[in-house]
Amino acid sequence: MTEKNVIPFQGTPEQEAQLKEVIARYHDQPGGLMPALQEAQGIYGYLPVEVQRMIADGMNVSLSEVFGVATFYSQFSLTPKGKHRISVCLGTACYVKGSDKILEAVEAKLGIKSGECTPDGMFSIDSCRCVGACGLAPVMLVDDDVYGKLKPEQVAGIIDSYTE
Amino acid sequence: MTIEELNKIKAAKADIVKVRTIIAEEGEKLSKVTGYRKQVLVCGGTGCQSSHSMEVLEALNAELAAKGIADEILVVRTGCFGLCSLGPIVIVYPEGTFYAQATPEGIKRIVDEHLIEGKICTDLLYQETVHDDGSIISLSETNFYKKQMRIALRNCGVIDPEDIEEYIATDGYQALYKVLTSMTPDEVCQVVLDSGLRGRGGAGFPTGRKWMFTKDAPGEVKYVACNADEGDPGAFMDRSILEGDPHAVIEAMIIASYAVGSHQGYVYVRAEYPVAVHRLRIALDQARKYGLLGKNILGSGHDFDIEIRLGAGAFVCGEETALLTSIEGHRGEPRPRPPFPAVKGLFGKPTLLNNVETYANIAQIIRNGAEWYSAIGTEKSKGTKVFALGGKITNVGLVEVPMGTTLREIIEEIGGGIPDGKAFKAAQTGGPSGGCIPAEHIDTPIDYESLSALGSMMGSGGLIVMDEDNCMVDVSKFYLNFTADESCGKCTPCRVGTRKLLQLLEKITEGKGEPEDLKKIRDLATHMKSSSLCALGQSAPNPVLSTLQYFGDEYLAHINEKKCPSGVCKSLLHYEIIADKCKGCTLCARKCPVSAITGTVKEAHVIDTDKCIKCGVCIGNCKFGAIVRK
Repeated sequence: MTEKNVIPFQGTPEQEAQLKEVIARYHDQPGGLMPALQEAQGIYGYLPVEVQRMIADGMNVSLSEVFGVATFYSQFSLTPKGKHRISVCLGTACYVKGSDKILEAVEAKLGIKSGECTPDGMFSIDSCRCVGACGLAPVMLVDDDVYGKLKPEQVAGIIDSYTE
Repeated sequence: MTIEELNKIKAAKADIVKVRTIIAEEGEKLSKVTGYRKQVLVCGGTGCQSSHSMEVLEALNAELAAKGIADEILVVRTGCFGLCSLGPIVIVYPEGTFYAQATPEGIKRIVDEHLIEGKICTDLLYQETVHDDGSIISLSETNFYKKQMRIALRNCGVIDPEDIEEYIATDGYQALYKVLTSMTPDEVCQVVLDSGLRGRGGAGFPTGRKWMFTKDAPGEVKYVACNADEGDPGAFMDRSILEGDPHAVIEAMIIASYAVGSHQGYVYVRAEYPVAVHRLRIALDQARKYGLLGKNILGSGHDFDIEIRLGAGAFVCGEETALLTSIEGHRGEPRPRPPFPAVKGLFGKPTLLNNVETYANIAQIIRNGAEWYSAIGTEKSKGTKVFALGGKITNVGLVEVPMGTTLREIIEEIGGGIPDGKAFKAAQTGGPSGGCIPAEHIDTPIDYESLSALGSMMGSGGLIVMDEDNCMVDVSKFYLNFTADESCGKCTPCRVGTRKLLQLLEKITEGKGEPEDLKKIRDLATHMKSSSLCALGQSAPNPVLSTLQYFGDEYLAHINEKKCPSGVCKSLLHYEIIADKCKGCTLCARKCPVSAITGTVKEAHVIDTDKCIKCGVCIGNCKFGAIVRK
């Protein structure tokens, strides 16, 4: 990771209180680490090392185990996401209908690659496995809005509509 | 809850739901006794919700209220109807008329003209259901539906999945009562075994044997788990069942818990399926409230409850031991088998793990008997299979057919063929673990054995259709990319093997391939198949091997002639503007999504091939045929 991408941790006391409540709830539950991480990501938007350490201490597991789980699953993110999250579906049904070209158009428009966030924090791009809306292939999501039957030339206009 | 109460609910609601299956005159009579003149079903599956079906639903409710007829018309939000490409879908009963791609404006007309004046809006219907003379056929008589046989999907698109009473109305929880009051655990396992049902997660292991192993395993504490982590890209049948008929899965899990002697169940479901998770939660709460889940179920003394665990995006967690490791809160890595989960599974205890679609068949097998089920399908593959039909096919959607239906029937009749007059090239089944079936085998009856004989597999049931424009080398690279990314890394054959295979494929698609690469691919594939720890690594070479077998000439064209015959592999083709033909209209430059085309008005334009992503937008827009792909 390059230095400019490290964003300082800015957790609030309210968030910490919420996290403590989550830790207390899952502390004694068998297999509680994953749901605890999921809820922690819900609170902070991502899982910075500070949050992982609080979970490790609170749940009495090693930080390496928490890190191991957090990095294993694609849904967990160790870096913050943009204000608007774009995900392009790269499931097979979308891929055979050209979703790789949609992703390239998004990357070209924003000047970042999949998995990254724009410097102003407005947009982040992810490629996702399958939205399950195969009837609308190729599909792109911006936050919770679904854009289906997309053509590469429509991408720029859609992204612009979120900056206005 | 007692059986009397259950039957009371069933009697009260049965006719209301029945209207949706009996069409025309009889349905007309039936709708009079239900208190509702008409019923309007709006699809609330993820596919239709993505095309804004909830806005249609809101507009419908608002319009009915405005016209003062909200009491006469029952509005039901259902699960997936199956014909996802035509969403949002709205069906009106008792006529069974099928409105496709509905809009809030269209809904106003449907209320005014159809529901109030009784005149069907034929122009808004799915045109396949309208004859040339203007007469209408119901959805159940269309090519898409009439060849299907719906068992696992029986209630999807029929009932309101958020209303347990609608499930009860269609004989829901009757199988559970039968099991708890009149069958021993051994008898339950025997019925499942005799039915011939095999695991619908893909591997096809006899379900009844799995149940028996778990029942016979020593131990006081046992678990029943459901694999709803459908990670196969392009497969969405498990999601649709959870969204459309969650109680079918819950009822089956309770039956299983009685059969194997378990008191705690887990559903491991993908977090990327928010609608499915939401409906499952509602269904579990309702089942608890009605005394069908929890302590002393239906007064039998049997206790069982179910917890939801969310997956976090790891394909390998579809493998049974990896899934159980993930529920335990660890990295979802598989472990060697034996011991099998039936003996030593979740938290080291005997565990029964089945897939969503497998469970969706259970209650009906118990109610209708093993003979009924085993009469459907082929000799070794009984019953039906749900396929998620996607890719280059007219009717993208969810279909359920008896085992042994041919690929041609699915693609040409049910699927409506390949759009845009293109030629069928291959069907990919089984996702990253499967392979491609070429056009010459289109008449193969589909079952577990015939698919493996062709070098593919059933898998979860994703069926992606490809036409002449798809490059098979590119498709296998796509799958290898997926498996290399999703390999958990625990064993070397898979971790390194998938990478090496991917590198070889990348080399070929970039035009740097050499003839000996094909031998390297075959050698590597053989090693991976025999020495990987779990099915992910063992099956990862399948897409490459099957495309090599049937489309070897495409690989050779990439290697020897440095050409991609389908015009897909980017390094092997480029776009050019023929200066003589270019009028300088600037349309291509304006449409190019990456601004790779430059030029001044009325002068020939040029394409910067470094910037160009070869999406073909410029060719599609050029009115003068001035752009060529080479």
